Amino acid sequence: MVEWTNYERATIKDIFAKLDYDSVGPAALSRCLVVYPWTQRYFSKFGNLYNAAAIMGNPNVAKHGKIILHDLERGVKNMDNLKETYADLSVLHSEKLHVDPDNFKLISDCLTIVVAAQMGKAFTGEVQAALQKFLAAVVSALGRQYH
Amino acid sequence: MGPARQAAMLSKKEKELIADIWESLTPVAEDIGADALLRMFASYPGTKTYFSHLDISPRSAHLLSHGKKIVLAIAEGAQDIGQLTVTLAPLQTLHAYQLRIDPTNFKLFSHCMLVALACHMGEDFTPVAHAAMDKYLSAFAAVLSEKYR
Repeated sequence: MVEWTNYERATIKDIFAKLDYDSVGPAALSRCLVVYPWTQRYFSKFGNLYNAAAIMGNPNVAKHGKIILHDLERGVKNMDNLKETYADLSVLHSEKLHVDPDNFKLISDCLTIVVAAQMGKAFTGEVQAALQKFLAAVVSALGRQYH
Repeated sequence: MGPARQAAMLSKKEKELIADIWESLTPVAEDIGADALLRMFASYPGTKTYFSHLDISPRSAHLLSHGKKIVLAIAEGAQDIGQLTVTLAPLQTLHAYQLRIDPTNFKLFSHCMLVALACHMGEDFTPVAHAAMDKYLSAFAAVLSEKYR
C-alpha cells in the first residue's frame, strides 16, 4: 500500500479542489490523442480525430475526458484504498476495452502538463512530485487486474 | 530508430515552431533550465546522484549555471534540427566518455523540461507545441547517447 505524507495528501486534495474538471479532463485526453497519436486506436468510434483541431473540438473526446477526471476524483477521496477503488475499472480496461496499460502513463503525463499550464508558478517541483506519485499509484491500481 | 530519422519525423512547421520557442526562451535560459533540473530532482531523487559534486539547492550558482548550459545547448540544436549530429558532436563525446549519464535519465529530464515549459508558457504550450517539443527532445536525447556504445 502506498504511504502518503501529510504534505502529499494536502497537496493532492488542494490541486483537485481547484481544478475545473469539465475543462481539464477534455484538455488532458485531447492532448494525449494529439501528442501520442497511437492512443487514438482505442477511440475509433469517436468520430473525427483527423487533426489536432478536430480532436480538440470533438464532443465525444470532451465527454470522455470529463468521465476520466471524475473517476480520478474517486481516487482522491480514497487515497488509502486505490486498489479496491479501481478494481472494476481495471477489469473493464483489461477485459472489455483491451487497453495496453502503458497508455495510462501517457494520459497521466498529459494531465500533469495541463495542470502545470493552469497552475503556473504554483506548480512547484514538490507539487509536481506529489501529483506524479498520486497518478502513478492510480495507474498501478488500474493495471492490477490485468492477467 | 536512428536519431537522424527521429529528427526527420518533424515537419517543417514543427521545426519552425520549436526554433521560435527556444529562441524566445534564451533570455530566461537559466531560469527554465534550473526549474527543469529542480523538478527532476524532486520527482526522481536518483538523478541527484550525478550532482553530488555540486550545490544543487534552489537558486544556487551551480544550479543556475548548469540549467543555463543545458537550455542553451537545446536552443542551439533547435536552430538547425537537421544538423543535430554535427552540432552535438562535442557533447556526445562528453556524455559518452566522461559524464556517462544513464540515458533513461534523459527521458526524465525531458519530461520535467516539458512541465517547466507548460508552467512558463501556460496555454501557449498547446498540444501541437507539446507534441513537437516532445519529439525534438527525444531526438536530442537519442543523438546525445549515440556514442555510448
